Amino acid sequence: MAKNQRRLNLSQKYQLMTRGLDWETTYQPMDKVFPYDKYEGIKITDWDKWQDPFRLTMDAYWKYQAEKERKLYAILDSVVQNNSQQNISDARYLNAVKIWMQGVTPLEYAAFRGFNMLGRGFRGAGARVACQFQAIDEMRHYQTQVHAFAHYNKFFNGFNQHARIRDRAWYLSIPKSYFEDAMTAGPFEFITAISFSFEYVLTNLLFMPFVSGAAHNGDMATTTFGFSAQSDESRHMTLGLEIVKFMLEQHEDNVPIVQEWLDKWFWRGYRLLGLIGTMMDYMLPKKVMSWRQAWEIYWEENGVALFNDLARYGIRMPKHHETATREKYRITHEFWSTIYQFSHATALYTWLPDEEEMDWLCAEYGELFEKLYKPRYEYWRELDARGERFFQKRLPVVCNVCQIPIFHTYPDDPCKNICLVSEYKGTKHQMCSEGCKDIFDREPEKYCQAYIPPQQIYQGNCGGATLEDYRKWLHIRDEDAGEYYGSEDNQLWEKWQAEAARV
Amino acid sequence: MSIDIKTAAVEEKRITFDHIARKLGEGKKPNRYQEVVFGQQPEEVFHYRPTWDPERELYDVRRTAIQMQDFEDLLDPRQYYYATYVIQRSRQQESQEKNYSVVEKRGLLDNISDELKENIKKVVVPFRHAEWGANMNNFHISSYGFQTPIASAATMQGMDRLGNAQYLTRIGLILSENDPAILDEAKELWLHDPMWQGLRKVIEDSFVIEDWFELHLLQNYLLDGVFHPLLFQHLENHIVTRGGAAFAMLTELFIDWYAESRRWTDATIKVAIDESDQNSKLMQSWTEKWKPEVVAAAQRIADAVFADQSEEVMRSILDELDDRSRKLGLLN
Repeated sequence: MAKNQRRLNLSQKYQLMTRGLDWETTYQPMDKVFPYDKYEGIKITDWDKWQDPFRLTMDAYWKYQAEKERKLYAILDSVVQNNSQQNISDARYLNAVKIWMQGVTPLEYAAFRGFNMLGRGFRGAGARVACQFQAIDEMRHYQTQVHAFAHYNKFFNGFNQHARIRDRAWYLSIPKSYFEDAMTAGPFEFITAISFSFEYVLTNLLFMPFVSGAAHNGDMATTTFGFSAQSDESRHMTLGLEIVKFMLEQHEDNVPIVQEWLDKWFWRGYRLLGLIGTMMDYMLPKKVMSWRQAWEIYWEENGVALFNDLARYGIRMPKHHETATREKYRITHEFWSTIYQFSHATALYTWLPDEEEMDWLCAEYGELFEKLYKPRYEYWRELDARGERFFQKRLPVVCNVCQIPIFHTYPDDPCKNICLVSEYKGTKHQMCSEGCKDIFDREPEKYCQAYIPPQQIYQGNCGGATLEDYRKWLHIRDEDAGEYYGSEDNQLWEKWQAEAARV
Repeated sequence: MSIDIKTAAVEEKRITFDHIARKLGEGKKPNRYQEVVFGQQPEEVFHYRPTWDPERELYDVRRTAIQMQDFEDLLDPRQYYYATYVIQRSRQQESQEKNYSVVEKRGLLDNISDELKENIKKVVVPFRHAEWGANMNNFHISSYGFQTPIASAATMQGMDRLGNAQYLTRIGLILSENDPAILDEAKELWLHDPMWQGLRKVIEDSFVIEDWFELHLLQNYLLDGVFHPLLFQHLENHIVTRGGAAFAMLTELFIDWYAESRRWTDATIKVAIDESDQNSKLMQSWTEKWKPEVVAAAQRIADAVFADQSEEVMRSILDELDDRSRKLGLLN
């Protein structure tokens, strides 16, 4: 006979299943059991006020996620079976995927390990469980990406040595140092940096353009894992907002600390995203939207609105946001010009925009592009036509904080290069911007430890003094790098196109 | 006659990533497990020392005293990566869910004796806190464990323990017809009843162990190796043979889970022991250090439940553990 029981709603069920599980330890002091959640100065008076944003029990999690994985892997198998790599818009597109595998998939891995630490480190049980779910989600993301990209690796260059260059290559120090900065900080700064500044505020500028770019350019593998990860991502965004509000509500002393982190991680995230913006503007044969437009929608509208919501806690807009907005007309062009000149020392190919793309750039970026950057590209095109494809022979000065070669210009003068210097313990450190200089000056002891690739190369720590030595140390062949046109990827693509045309 | 669908063959330039080829040997195709556990943890060029552990690097081999030529040898024989893990658990959950709803709907626990109900209330339900402790400990291993095979498997093990704690919670709620007081009472016992204090002390002591391999040995080998058989083999048998057959429907998954997870635990311990005498001696010393406490903690519970049969139950558990230890080389 069916029984008449007290019914529990989902929220009550979740509360009971998870919440009552933890206890105040008595055989060991709590401060020793949770040694890392006080030294940053964040004061939590009541962890029970934490509202778990996921409210997931394990049985529900396994069920939802298994359904998603079954679908995803069916499609990944079909990509292999149908040789869907031949259906992308153009092989130039794959350089965006290479940047992702070389630079962003390692961040998913880092997030996996970082959220594991929080999943053990926070004193509050609800916060720990939320971080554990995110940890295993991030494990999912790095794994599905490796599985999806493994197929491209069979045909194209620039994927095969990703595990080595992830740590060693100069341009991959940009994402690597970003995440290591967060992971070497305490748990509250990490979650502010990653869950809030990155996942909540800036993710639309990273994840959306990449997945949309994949969809526009016929990349079924990437599109599928992207869509499949989206529901995980929206959970992660919720966690980001929740933790920041929680810290701000717990104690007024937390407000200035959180503000400094928001300043730092807004700028750090913005600098990192310059790489993605460049990919959107230059590497997608079929464009989704320009960096400028994305910045206007996702930052100037949505991001600003979010900060306005936080004003009631005493939070103001992040420092230097005006500079970021002022740079929206130039940052991707300055970045692409740099990668173009240095691509012989990467596992990427670069190229000059064709006529149609040049028109699109003019339309999106207006006068400044026509006046400053187009002529530069035209000059390089002339050199190329004479068989003198331009590659930079010297090594750049790299920003001590964001690790980007200092190609940047003054906020009010795009013709004048900027390079700011801080002196610490008798050594000079160069920075690309006021934003990065502020970050250095706040924690010089941390940033003076940074590994600066050009300095290491000159000191002979990277295989030798020549470009060939350096490439060998990175396991990059001559054929993996430099100009796209005439490259092995380009030749293979042309061959496939010719075969398809014959049928 | 067999008919093959003809697909266009496209010549491949390489079989796999360089680091996988170095690992498996040229010409070998990796499976999806190998693709994601090898080469993923950063190896060099660490930019900053952790503010929470300034003496060491972000990923540092020195967070355990165990030494390996290659920590990527600590492989999971189940070859779980995320997709195979969640699909397997979701399947198990589906069949388990049926058991739970049958017991719940038909009120199959209603008719068991009060004595058995007391066993469930006082022994099974409080054990949810021990599983929660196992969740914390496995997240320590996944955080500071070196290389991806141990870190990813410990993450899944950690989530499993949260799942276990929730299943035990459900058993309590089925028995109490959703009256949460049963959980509060169990927590009181966990915190104050002398029967549980031995175990609570070992678990709280385990929370402050820094060496992740020592913690792995204590949590996933010693504690699980004693307490899972105690609760889900001997206590279950005790209840079932006294008219509580329905209870077996609720705990079947713990038996399956333990049989599965110990394959991973044993494999990782065996690989580390086989690596060197030094590792072997270290693991033996850890076993000698922790085993008496674990056994004493279990003894208190066995005495309370099994009374005069307690000696016999404990001997059977320890014989099995010693047997297992001899096979792994933990015991000479």
